[in-house]
Amino acid sequence: MSLFDYLLRLGDNALILSQRLGEWCGHGPVVEEDIALTNVALDLLGQGRLWLTYAGEVEGRGRDEDKLAFLRDAGEFRNVLLVEQPNGDFAVTMARQFFFDAWHHLLLAKLSDSTDERIRGIAAKALKEVTYHLRRSADWVIRLGDGTEESHARMQAAVDNLWMYTGELFEMDAVEEEMKQAGIGCDLAALGAPWMSEIGKVFGEATLEVPKQTWMQHGGKRGVHSEKFGYILAEMQFLQRAYPGAQW
Amino acid sequence: MVGSLPSTDQIWAWLEEVADPEIPVISVVDLGIIRDVQWKNDELLVTVTPTYSGCPATEVIARDIRAALTEHGLENVRLETQLFPPWTTDWISEKGREQLRDYGIAPPANGLVQIENVACPRCRSIDTEMVSRFGSTPCKAIYKCRACLEPFDAFKRH
Repeated sequence: MSLFDYLLRLGDNALILSQRLGEWCGHGPVVEEDIALTNVALDLLGQGRLWLTYAGEVEGRGRDEDKLAFLRDAGEFRNVLLVEQPNGDFAVTMARQFFFDAWHHLLLAKLSDSTDERIRGIAAKALKEVTYHLRRSADWVIRLGDGTEESHARMQAAVDNLWMYTGELFEMDAVEEEMKQAGIGCDLAALGAPWMSEIGKVFGEATLEVPKQTWMQHGGKRGVHSEKFGYILAEMQFLQRAYPGAQW
Repeated sequence: MVGSLPSTDQIWAWLEEVADPEIPVISVVDLGIIRDVQWKNDELLVTVTPTYSGCPATEVIARDIRAALTEHGLENVRLETQLFPPWTTDWISEKGREQLRDYGIAPPANGLVQIENVACPRCRSIDTEMVSRFGSTPCKAIYKCRACLEPFDAFKRH
């Protein structure tokens, strides 16, 4: 079931980050940003649907995208811890987005050459959308980092606080290794260097410090999530839990 | 029996009357999302590609295509979604670009033109600035014309 697990990782990253971004709806600092945050959320939701639909087919137990999104409990979610971190202020949201986009972009470029045709198609589609996301989140990191004293301090704090969640992005384990061997996945560890170089380039322009090496949190990919995760599910799954099978 | 089925050219013409639900001045054909139309015996197979993964119009478009074909007497229709190759704005027809412009939406640049050089759909000046990378639908950004001061939507090059 490694492929199933692998697809859940891809799908859950997109779904959970989409859910977090959706929390901004109606709360954006200006209307354009409100719209932008939710548009990114929408792209990610679409990608999440494509991955989870495929995951359900691979599993072969009759679970579709909706069942997988709304009827799994926390321990069955496979997203990295970074994407479930609370929105915080706008700087935290954009730092989280930038770290994720820079990695997502590298990953999808690799998966566009996957031996699995379905993965290849979804990745090539998503890559175009994520290229645009990355441009925007990098813009904001620069604008806030190289902005006022206040915005700089907030962006640096956001970067420092989120840094411990970036290690998991490059972590290989048995599932990743098997997918890599089969040519379906890729070597995540090898994405570390190009990712750091992108971070370094943008931080240079943003006058931000790259945080010192620190202990890295991990566990999301194995289903071990932070305490905040339950609250995401409570909101996201409420309707299907309270009214099973309700249709839009 | 096969002889009595409408030609695929005829079907393309019918599909040209199906409007995009969010930008109703452009048809699904001119938007470039109909990738193929072919008969499989007496079943019509229409291959559609989404613009953006999360575009909420995708399901409405499928319903509208089916409804239009039913209106022309075609019941045995199968719609297939094809993700690869991914949709690009380069597939929007010349006619579609004109229709967008007339509607007040700057059409997407073709090829390698820089995103900043978007011409104002009102006065055609290229002295414009981007206000936001995202607009009212996933496929658009918000711009402002410095020459005539018109704020406008621009189709993102994708």
